[in-house]
Amino acid sequence: MISRAWLLSDQPASRAQAAWGRRYQAWLAFRRDPLAVAGLAVALAMLVMAVFAPLLATHDPGAQDLANRLQPPSAEHWFGTDELGRDVWSRILYGARITLGMVVAVVLLVAPVGLLVGCAAGYAGGWLDRILMRATDVFLAFPRLILALAFVAAMKPGVESAIAAIALTAWPPYARLARAEALRIRDADFISAVRMAGASPWRIVLRHVAPVCIPSLVVRVTLDMSSIILTAAGLGFLGLGAQPPLPEWGTMIATARRFILEQWWVPVIPGIAIFLASLSFNLLGDGLRDVLDPKQR
Amino acid sequence: MTHPLVEIADLRVDFPGPNGFVPAVRGVSLTMGREKLGIVGESGSGKSVTGRALMRLLPPQARVAGSLRFDGIDIAAATPRAMRKLRGARIGLVLQDPKFSLNPVMTAGAQIAEAWATHQRGSARDARDAAMRLLEQVLIRDPRRVFDAYPHELSGGMGQRVMIAMMLAPEPDLLIADEPTSALDATVQAEILRLIDRLVSDRGMGLMLISHDLPLVFRFCDRVAVMYAGRVVEEVAAKDLHAATHPYTRGLLDCMPRLDAPRARLPVLTRDPAWLA
Amino acid sequence: MIEVQDLHVRFGGVHAVRGVSFAIAAGESFGLVGESGSGKSTVLRALAGLIPGWTGAMTLQGRPLGARRDRAFFRSVQMVFQDPYGSLHPRQTVDRILAEPLAIHGLSDAEARIRRALEEVALSPIVRFRYPHQLSGGQRQRVAIARALIADPSVLLLDEPTSALDVSVQAEVLNLLADLRAARQLTCILVSHNLAVVAHLCAHLAVMQQGQVVEALDVASLRAGQAQHPHTRDLVALSRDLEA
Repeated sequence: MISRAWLLSDQPASRAQAAWGRRYQAWLAFRRDPLAVAGLAVALAMLVMAVFAPLLATHDPGAQDLANRLQPPSAEHWFGTDELGRDVWSRILYGARITLGMVVAVVLLVAPVGLLVGCAAGYAGGWLDRILMRATDVFLAFPRLILALAFVAAMKPGVESAIAAIALTAWPPYARLARAEALRIRDADFISAVRMAGASPWRIVLRHVAPVCIPSLVVRVTLDMSSIILTAAGLGFLGLGAQPPLPEWGTMIATARRFILEQWWVPVIPGIAIFLASLSFNLLGDGLRDVLDPKQR
Repeated sequence: MTHPLVEIADLRVDFPGPNGFVPAVRGVSLTMGREKLGIVGESGSGKSVTGRALMRLLPPQARVAGSLRFDGIDIAAATPRAMRKLRGARIGLVLQDPKFSLNPVMTAGAQIAEAWATHQRGSARDARDAAMRLLEQVLIRDPRRVFDAYPHELSGGMGQRVMIAMMLAPEPDLLIADEPTSALDATVQAEILRLIDRLVSDRGMGLMLISHDLPLVFRFCDRVAVMYAGRVVEEVAAKDLHAATHPYTRGLLDCMPRLDAPRARLPVLTRDPAWLA
Repeated sequence: MIEVQDLHVRFGGVHAVRGVSFAIAAGESFGLVGESGSGKSTVLRALAGLIPGWTGAMTLQGRPLGARRDRAFFRSVQMVFQDPYGSLHPRQTVDRILAEPLAIHGLSDAEARIRRALEEVALSPIVRFRYPHQLSGGQRQRVAIARALIADPSVLLLDEPTSALDVSVQAEVLNLLADLRAARQLTCILVSHNLAVVAHLCAHLAVMQQGQVVEALDVASLRAGQAQHPHTRDLVALSRDLEA
């Protein structure tokens, strides 16, 4: 029986009840921050729109209609049409799949790698720390966009290479962050206590060190999502990411930038989409920072 | 007309918590002259908060009510400027860990000289001489070496001596010592307390010794106020320690293991809810 | 049960422990007393396998201990740390903390063991799903003791287990430790700066100063004022001074 009282009981009877109670409390704390809730709502809405793009789209995103190019928003074309007469609303929806998909792919690649490298380096110390951190420094030394550019130039331009390029440049800060946290706690008595329980180094890193690093990493990831979107859009804009006619948001701005003065809505609408996505992730990250620390409650 | 040095009447301090204000001090009244007053209690009894309220060093979100007077001056109504003059110049504060209360990038001598110069008139040379004299007074054997030492180069006991020298530099009327020896070894602790005792007696200052250590406070003070849950439950003259009547005081004295009297089990303090009333 | 022979520990250039030797019989309680920097905690940590770089010989039940300890060692030797605020994982509930040793040693009936462990240290089942920051210092130290005992060790290493606690809580924890030791026939090593605490819990003790044992004696002769070494006499005098 799941009720409010069951969730909020301060004497939970089982592990499951305690865990759900904690989650509910976290949600209550999160709900108190209206900006974070707004961020979550917008981010969720965008994800839903991306998933259900085929249902929500009014036109085929690739269908050209040269007779109706560069139309202003109307009942027929909600966000107007672009330079080839394609419906912008439908392209934004399908573009969300590509742009947000790239972000999610990058995060899924980058966060675990950074977390593991950082925690292992920080906990083990010694030569392993030195090797891992020098490797991190090498990647950190390159400006992000330049390294991504070089990488994409070496491979063929496209969504996959853009993801790989961004991932390659995005993990070092996570590794640094995780290492700093791991260094801080490696000599703490609670880690000594786990060693005294007979835990193997891997178990200590994965089950005891990493969980301490995760909250700051999650916050950093949500704050970074906007910059990942912008890098992806930047690569698209430079013609190195998603290739036309794929409706990636950055690519859409790049191809429509010529019309900024006369038919301004054509490049501005994907710009607003990028802005909203970045802002919502930022707000979400700020809210999570406060909620993820159990000591805050 | 002469005032008592410190007059605290019905002091109440509340701190904001997640579910409204939480009381830390619940109606404390204390009067002290130029004597050695001990305030004892366990963690959370409000003893440190009381000391800090007297120096107006509580965080701004704390809610303070009641009257606090130092030598007739109303602490609650004093301007920030008047408070700055009072702190250091007339009330000195020695805290638990000298590692955190000394400036790590200044030599010990420079810090004492600065404390002296802030409150007394004189040249840099006077300040230096005064600092050297103070280091001698806190019984540092090699004042020249300590003068030029940085805090991390000093042991805990030495750091605490420097801290005391700094607090004595402006010749205050009252010294508040908040757990001054809890971070120190037993042998050093005794030396530091004897030193504080002698300096305070020689200068005719008041001493407010705040500590969790009941026997220690009774050993070094004239009078002791025992605090429990934000209240003073008992005030006794130190020489009448064994005549203490409050069950909390008795319980605190009983529950310590003793070297001279082996016991199979230690008596455990049962907290009576009536003590809170 | 435990034998330490000519133990030396160096940290960088600091020679923290200089040739410490002692032996403890099974079921005995042994105290190490000294001031900060005397090397008493370092001896304990070296014995527990928490610090590398020691020389000398240590044996447990006749078997020599190496630099790395196996799981069986951690099954029989457990430790309680000084600071109950630092020795419990801040992001794990009491339940999770107690379940960890059971999972590592592959012990079954975790549910019953956790319940029994809490009961044994007189903690209410309510605290089981709380985080350490929601508990008082005394409650945390009880959780730490429950964790140390949950896999049924035979040796308990206590590193200043009560010095971060209020005296009234100290009395409760000392009583608890005395009861558990008697009930489980534990061999204990207690490290403390407080002579009275060591004398309360231990039958034999060694006084350390600057990395060396300056005197080893039994508590009865200590109480009788038969300590020989000046440092021991100093500590006794200071302890007595505050009892008067």
